[in-house]
Amino acid sequence: MNGSEASVPRSPWLLTYAAAVFAFLYLPIVVLIVYSFNGEGVGGFPPHDLTLGWYRILFGDGAIWESVFNSLEVATAAIVISLAFGVPAALALDRANFPGKALFRRLVLLPLILPGIITGLSLLMLFDLTSLKLSLLTITLGHGTALISVATTEVFAGLQKLDRSQEEASLDLGANYWQTFWRVTVPNLKLPIIGAALLIFTLSMDEIAVSFFLIGRDNTLPLEIWGRLRRGITPEINAISAVIFVFSLIAILFWYRLRTGSEQDLSLSQELVATAVE
Amino acid sequence: MTSPTISVPATTESASGSPLLSIRNVAKNFGHNVVLRDISLDIAPGEFLSILGESGSGKTTLLRIIAGFETASSGELWMAGARIDHQPPYRRPVNTVFQNYALFPHLSVEENVGYGLRVARRPAAEIVQRVSEALDKVKMTAHAKKKPSKISGGQQQRVALARALVNRPQLLLLDEPLSALDANLRRQMQLELKSLQREVGIAFVFVTHDQEEAMVMSDRIALLRSGELEQVATPREIYSRPATAYVAQFLGQTNLLKGEVRSGLARCGALSWPVSLRDGPAIFSLRPEHLRLEGAEDLPFAVQIRGRVIHQAFHGPTESIRVQCGDGLVLLMRAPSGHVPNGEVSLEFSPADAIPVRESPERI
Repeated sequence: MNGSEASVPRSPWLLTYAAAVFAFLYLPIVVLIVYSFNGEGVGGFPPHDLTLGWYRILFGDGAIWESVFNSLEVATAAIVISLAFGVPAALALDRANFPGKALFRRLVLLPLILPGIITGLSLLMLFDLTSLKLSLLTITLGHGTALISVATTEVFAGLQKLDRSQEEASLDLGANYWQTFWRVTVPNLKLPIIGAALLIFTLSMDEIAVSFFLIGRDNTLPLEIWGRLRRGITPEINAISAVIFVFSLIAILFWYRLRTGSEQDLSLSQELVATAVE
Repeated sequence: MTSPTISVPATTESASGSPLLSIRNVAKNFGHNVVLRDISLDIAPGEFLSILGESGSGKTTLLRIIAGFETASSGELWMAGARIDHQPPYRRPVNTVFQNYALFPHLSVEENVGYGLRVARRPAAEIVQRVSEALDKVKMTAHAKKKPSKISGGQQQRVALARALVNRPQLLLLDEPLSALDANLRRQMQLELKSLQREVGIAFVFVTHDQEEAMVMSDRIALLRSGELEQVATPREIYSRPATAYVAQFLGQTNLLKGEVRSGLARCGALSWPVSLRDGPAIFSLRPEHLRLEGAEDLPFAVQIRGRVIHQAFHGPTESIRVQCGDGLVLLMRAPSGHVPNGEVSLEFSPADAIPVRESPERI
């Protein structure tokens, strides 16, 4: 901040406007968190009888935790599936020239703009045709395929920024294409890949539309919350929401640190991975 | 074209016989765009050869074909008795120093240098040993643990060099490696690079657009123009016996005298002197330093011209003087600085210094 900037007179209206925007964005979250400590339930103002009781109930609630672990399982598998298909797709879009490339690009990116209802419904019909029983597996396949486009776009953007002469240098120094991919391309794509993974993770964790069509007996967390809301809202829901909020905040901070402090990186572990894969 | 009798100067082949790398009739086109046509060139073991050319002359493409990043549209590459142009880059016994160095940003300096050895699965102890030797050779031992982003351009240059040399290639390819450095560092690196090349005894193919750099460093210069080799010769030879008008103008400054030869006499405007060339149109290259003020030196036989000084520029040890000689002929003269002639002057040159050159037709 320099002096000249500080001396610009600020309109009080601008300040009010900014405050209103931020209040609109964040006040609901604040209320949600505050009432997770409210002994009286979700109603009543001001909140009183502050308690950790709802959290105690939450941590003892087997059904919630089961749905959390289901969601984690689905999200992790979705990351693996979408990266496994999305990274090669991004490589093909960036490097290869083949007939029908434009069509391929559109087909890969289409799920990004397709409404979840369409994706969910069509997958449901497909699984019905193949008489695959609806379960966490079908949800995982749904998330994994729908999110390939996310992995592709993120990694493709990273590839566009990659200096190709590094790969040429690697080939020149005796590494074959496979070694070059693991030793040079992937480490350089570390940020886009981790970014894609985090994005896929969060998208999968709170996905409702596709999951709704493909759900079997086991609930994911959003569907569990949704199911409970129909029975009436309790501060236990606030408590789990607050936990998710804190968790997301940590994930964002982690991502931010990774971006800015990418100098101290994990070259040792990369080396291990590279050697293991070869 | 009916140029007088000039044979293309024979390339000075190395005495040791068989070449290290043999480029045979290599051509390259990208679609309809012809980048290289019919390049044949031999590189001797331990030789420092510069590929010199303007941007767009195809010099980088030729280097990339040797390294294996581009495939030639036709022609062959032979190295040590084996054809290499169908081999992938990682099987070719050459290493490259890239224009932007292309250091791996995620690896430290020493990890960068050891990359080729690790990929080749050399024993760990040997890698440590050779990496430290290579870093020592380029004076980068103190920076071994740093990331490439933490060192200067000149230091990155040295690391790139060490990373290539540590693999002991028979041939090192360098793609304008000094172009990113500022002038002083550049001159210093030219000398370092040259002495390093002598020390390790590896053949260098050095791509550059800087004629002075090529002259200072090379054993031989291959001058490339619009995808064709214009002349291949030692720096002295290419400067003093340029094969074409283009070569004469590209390497240093020159006066091109256009005229004709008739019955053993060259005529350019009012000038004439005896030559032993066939009759026909002719172009002569006369270097500015071969023009003298009349009487400055005793010449056994001199061609004399009168003219008027129209421009002069001070270059430190020398001055360049433009002299208007009538018939629209303007001659550039280079003389030791000091006494600056003014007004009307009389110049002379020795006929032996007027070098017949071939015309360089425009190419598309």
